[in-house]
Amino acid sequence: MSGPRKPRGLTVYAIAYLIFLYAPIILLPMFAFNASTIIAFPLQGFTTEWFVRLTGVQALHTAVRTSLFIAVVSAILATILGMCAARAGTRYEFPGKGGILGLIMLPLVLPEIIVAVSLLVVVVQILQFPLSAWTVIMAHTLICTPFCIAILNSSFQNLDASLEEAAIDLGESRWNAFRLVTLPLVTPGIIASLLISFTISLDEFIIAFFLTGSEPTLPVYIWGLLRFPQQLPVVMALGTILVALSILLLIVAEYFRRRGVRRAGKTETGGFL
Amino acid sequence: MSSDKALISLRDVDKFYGDYHALRDVSLDIFPGEFFSLLGPSGCGKTTLLRTIAGFEDVSSGTLSIGGQDMAGVAANRRPTNMVFQSYAIFPHLTVAENVGFGLRRSNYSRGERHARVSDALEMVGLGGYGKRAAHALSGGQRQRVALARALILKPKVLLLDEPLSALDKKLREQMQVELIRLQRQVGITFVLVTHDQEEALIMSDRIAVMFEGRIAQLEEPEALYQRPGSRQVAEFIGVMNFLGAHVISNEGNALELDVAGLGHAVIGRDQCPGGPVSGMCHVGIRPETMTLLFEDRGDGPVADGVVDEVVYYGDMTYYDIKLDGVPKPITLSMKNMIGRPVLDIGTRTKVGWDPRALVAFS
Repeated sequence: MSGPRKPRGLTVYAIAYLIFLYAPIILLPMFAFNASTIIAFPLQGFTTEWFVRLTGVQALHTAVRTSLFIAVVSAILATILGMCAARAGTRYEFPGKGGILGLIMLPLVLPEIIVAVSLLVVVVQILQFPLSAWTVIMAHTLICTPFCIAILNSSFQNLDASLEEAAIDLGESRWNAFRLVTLPLVTPGIIASLLISFTISLDEFIIAFFLTGSEPTLPVYIWGLLRFPQQLPVVMALGTILVALSILLLIVAEYFRRRGVRRAGKTETGGFL
Repeated sequence: MSSDKALISLRDVDKFYGDYHALRDVSLDIFPGEFFSLLGPSGCGKTTLLRTIAGFEDVSSGTLSIGGQDMAGVAANRRPTNMVFQSYAIFPHLTVAENVGFGLRRSNYSRGERHARVSDALEMVGLGGYGKRAAHALSGGQRQRVALARALILKPKVLLLDEPLSALDKKLREQMQVELIRLQRQVGITFVLVTHDQEEALIMSDRIAVMFEGRIAQLEEPEALYQRPGSRQVAEFIGVMNFLGAHVISNEGNALELDVAGLGHAVIGRDQCPGGPVSGMCHVGIRPETMTLLFEDRGDGPVADGVVDEVVYYGDMTYYDIKLDGVPKPITLSMKNMIGRPVLDIGTRTKVGWDPRALVAFS
């Protein structure tokens, strides 16, 4: 009479899994609006004081500006590199293609602490660059690029190679063919790639912690705050804003990626959400 | 026809991809107003040749000229050719009208003129009033028409068509074949068609170049190609051809006396050896429709005996495989189905009428 029996054990497991995964994130806004400096139940009452206090901290504002600068520049660089790699990977054949593309995707699976330590050694010992926002940008570009390639690959792969040829055949130059035909069709992918890498860079802690100079990024600044217990609710408020912003950006990014797939007249082939 | 009247002229063209020899010593002339087909199995170089004419591939050696002008170093966007791609390559983010008008972007027509020309082009391919539709919402046949309109709106000297009908179902394909012929006559532009479908090439073309392994095997008008194929390979590729072993008995003047396995004695003209002179042991080809089953023992031509080995009923035609006496491999012949004409059963003994004028001999 009914369909295949649902294994109850798996359902329980899935629900428990989701609770463990997201409960801490739900606690964040709870305590952010809690009128007590002690992070504990029972809740003491509703307040927006912690959010108000955020506006008065000068060091925090600097950290936000630094983080935004790093995130924007990293996102742009990673997306440009990602576009080059995605186009090369989908359009051209060259020796060692599989190995090269594999190598580019490697940071995706490398532990961040390893990447951070090795980059620190390279930057400080070998290249002897002073640590600054730019060293963080370099590192963030490295870890964001694989994500950009993954997103842009699906945009470029869905593109018929003869579309550009058709534009050239109709009298346009190579660059114009790319600009008039390819670019509009991959724009949603580019936007998705920018948003994802922006989010990754903004939230990233370990690499920034190692490579940042005298101007800490936002996560590094928050880490510093944790030493002062009375500051914890402020951190909670800040965390709440960051989580909300990240989720929003991720949703917008996925929306654009899907729109791109639809525009190219193709069916869904995966994605992040 | 001399080559100085040719619109497209290729001389000794070779094309390599690394070690792969894609085009071998191709020389050919295509004349103004012609419907010219490049026919061959996949991988024979026909698409490479088309893309070379379009300017998407360079020649490794040899020359290509269009309208008397050498095309070396002339990019695809500067050539007087336009192309209909196999995938149609309709720009999915534009409307039908924007697709068709894409090539006019660089022209200095006013908005009104541009609009009028787009409407005319759509009208010409039977898509009048479709201009505002989104391109990605079109059916396969409509995409094909948009691709045609988009290419023809620039009034190119040559329209290149890369297997334009292969994605369509049989009914639509047959309809489009007729429409393409009509369109070509109407616009008077030279069409160069790439196809692997021999029937399509025979139906549509003024002349056909048959290609194998990067080489032009034969360049002929459809009728001559079908009736007098220049080699066994061409004969097997174009339609169905039965081959029988034979040997030359005598070879005098303009006539050749043969003894053909299963058929017997035959005298043929020298023009029936399109692949060159024949002597000693040879092969004789004969088309299915040039033979006939003799239901009652009548007919005044030569007759062979055999047994029905297989029967395939097509409605309008019946195809028989007949084992001729003394020949192990059955030959195929076709009979038009008519009122009162029976369809024979497998195993029936029968007589086959044939005509020595239908034979072609290859060494």
